[in-house]
Amino acid sequence: MKKLIISTAALALMAGMAMADGHSTVRLGTEGAYPPYNFLNDAGEVDGFERELGDELCARAELSCEWVTNEWDSIIPNLVSGNYDAIIAGMSITAERDEVIDFTDPYTQPDPSAYLAMSDSVDLDGGVIAAQSGTIQAGHVAQMGATLVEFATPEETVAAVKAGEADAVLADKSFLMPIAEAEAELMIVGEDVLLGGGIGMGVRESDNELRDKMSAAIQSMKDDGSLNALITKWLPDSATF
Amino acid sequence: MSCAQTIMDYGLRSVGIGERLLPRADFTLCQQFTLIGSGMLWNIYFGVIALAAGFFFATALAVGKASPNPLIRKPSEWFIFIFRGSPLFIQFFFGYFCFLSLKQVSPIFDPLSAAWAGALVVLFFNTSAYSAEIFYGALQSIPKGDTEAADAYGMSGWPRFKRIIWPTMLRLAWPAYTNEAIFLFHSTTLVFFSGFPAWQQRGDALYYANYFADKTFNPFVPYPILAMYFILLTLVIIGIFGIINKKLNRHLPQTARPKMKLMPQIIR
Amino acid sequence: MFTFCTDPASLPDWQWMACYLTTGKHMSLYWSVGTVLLLLAITAPTALLFGFGGASAARAGFAPLRWFGKTYIAIVRGVPDIAFFLFFVIALDQMFEYIRHRILCPDWTEAVRQGNDFVVCAAAKLPLGNAPQWVHEVYGFATAVLTFAIVFGAFAANVLYGAMRAVPSAQLETAAAYGMNQRQTFWRILVPQMWVYALPGLSNLWMVLIKATPLLFLLGVEDIVYWARELGGSKTPRFTDYPHGDWRMWYFLALLVFYLAFTKLSEVVLDRLMARLTHGQATAAGEAQRKAA
Repeated sequence: MKKLIISTAALALMAGMAMADGHSTVRLGTEGAYPPYNFLNDAGEVDGFERELGDELCARAELSCEWVTNEWDSIIPNLVSGNYDAIIAGMSITAERDEVIDFTDPYTQPDPSAYLAMSDSVDLDGGVIAAQSGTIQAGHVAQMGATLVEFATPEETVAAVKAGEADAVLADKSFLMPIAEAEAELMIVGEDVLLGGGIGMGVRESDNELRDKMSAAIQSMKDDGSLNALITKWLPDSATF
Repeated sequence: MSCAQTIMDYGLRSVGIGERLLPRADFTLCQQFTLIGSGMLWNIYFGVIALAAGFFFATALAVGKASPNPLIRKPSEWFIFIFRGSPLFIQFFFGYFCFLSLKQVSPIFDPLSAAWAGALVVLFFNTSAYSAEIFYGALQSIPKGDTEAADAYGMSGWPRFKRIIWPTMLRLAWPAYTNEAIFLFHSTTLVFFSGFPAWQQRGDALYYANYFADKTFNPFVPYPILAMYFILLTLVIIGIFGIINKKLNRHLPQTARPKMKLMPQIIR
Repeated sequence: MFTFCTDPASLPDWQWMACYLTTGKHMSLYWSVGTVLLLLAITAPTALLFGFGGASAARAGFAPLRWFGKTYIAIVRGVPDIAFFLFFVIALDQMFEYIRHRILCPDWTEAVRQGNDFVVCAAAKLPLGNAPQWVHEVYGFATAVLTFAIVFGAFAANVLYGAMRAVPSAQLETAAAYGMNQRQTFWRILVPQMWVYALPGLSNLWMVLIKATPLLFLLGVEDIVYWARELGGSKTPRFTDYPHGDWRMWYFLALLVFYLAFTKLSEVVLDRLMARLTHGQATAAGEAQRKAA
């Protein structure tokens, strides 16, 4: 019941204007389990790259925003049925997702995916590769012919490699890097894989107004370099704009 | 692609026969029906084997729980309590965890970390505990006259159990046991949903329903298809158990035969 | 929480643990235990109500009502609860919003379904777009309760239907002989007596309900399993003051103990209740009680 939500700085002045387009409060849906993009900090609040980015975007678009966490599996169905207004959850822009929802302009460069393994001699083409089900990485592994083993959460995919169940895990590099740094036996192996078209904020297709506002805010952050500063802070291995 | 072709390609996909890649775009209803149906094979596999093996273990547990010897009674009681008292969701988690550590001990345990063996063991223990409680209840309500008659005929030990107690116990427990069977098949959907990973996109019906809900972003088609399959499966189970019920009661006069009640008192 | 928690990395073990177990996230875990208990407390009577309605409908004289009752019982029981949970909450939510939309915005011309989107007018949104967060939470909780109640109501209906048929027909015939009409017989004779027959089934159902609560996170309610998974996962020092390895096993062990204890407690309470209900009833157990006294 304690859904972790924190209202951002109350932009009370703007409330009247926002009411007019039906977005008195914009609810941002995220997963809360994918550091450094989004995770729950010790206080149980949404934190990470997307938290800072989202708050800043809302301030620039003059919207008041609230954070909601939702399971990754049902994050899109809940958006289209109107339980929140935008997805900001490290979601890469892909053609199949784009058919169902709309994306804002990307706020990261296409983020490389990487393999994390226990040794650098693993066979990435014919071995057992773990991935979170429903991610673009899972789709990629299934297609390239390695043995795909799917887990419900990113946590379990890494645990599977440590337990020897899988040879390697394929996931966003920014997610894997802190793990590889913290744990001596794990390392990034092989070449990076480029999947998807960068990460964007997902909105309902009928919600052009919100999409345009957010895209404009992202553009303004790109222009004044504040987006690059955020990327350098949270995603040190990613390319900037 | 015609529907017949789809069935050829994906009808046995859940066990690894047929097309390697799942459909990725332009999903048709036929694909959804075929793949979710293909996944049902796993649900049936888990359900049938766990139920068949669990039946015998449950009988032993029930007799153990009714035993006057505390060395036999206590372990049976605890086994039943732990598996009936905790959610299957958590049992799967611990099962997977234990099997992973067992694997480090000896390669004999290798298969256990895969769903086909590991999840089967968890489901087997689970249904054994539930069935044992049902059988135990039935053992307690065996009419005194039946056992007295057996004693009078000079029966004792194994023949007395096999010919008098066990058949009566089954007769009494059957309606509730039917329900347990239905529930067991329902719980097989949890296998790939929590705990055990799906290999090479071979999963059960819920796995594929989830896949389509994920790809089409529309939960209102695949889940009702899954529901329809399960209603069919439930009807088949009720039919088969009804036939067995008739067999169990065939010696009774027509009027005294208890009708197979689909409204039993004890459900899982 | 404690004053010494400012720099956890330098603390001795027990203090570190004390700080760790009182982080905001852990508080959310403790809260979620309350959520689960509250859900059980609200769902049980609601499901019983649904069950009573379903059972009454299933034995109604009016055929369509009877069919409705029986179909409700059969369909919900035939489908795994998890499959129900995965789409039912969204369906329920959309249904409510659609009904409100038709009533509140009669002159709305755009389609409600635009491609994949489900769009209703702003006034029909549930909860309203500008509602404070707690309203959203209460609404999410309420739909979860309703979904649970619909699913478990079907099981309860099944049990109550059996119990209604188990009341000896002589009792009902006697009532008729005394000149009671159908309604009076139902409320004064059948309903008071059926509980003793229904209780074994209902207590079983209560146990099932307890064990279904780990699926709550599917309904968008952050329950104890959600927090156990979240807290137990290994944490790297970059994102937390309390880094640790994969501790999911300990958290799940705590959940296991919680569920076992709760089951045990329920068993004890239900046994007592059964003893009270049996008192003075014309059943074998009631007879035994009378003899023992």
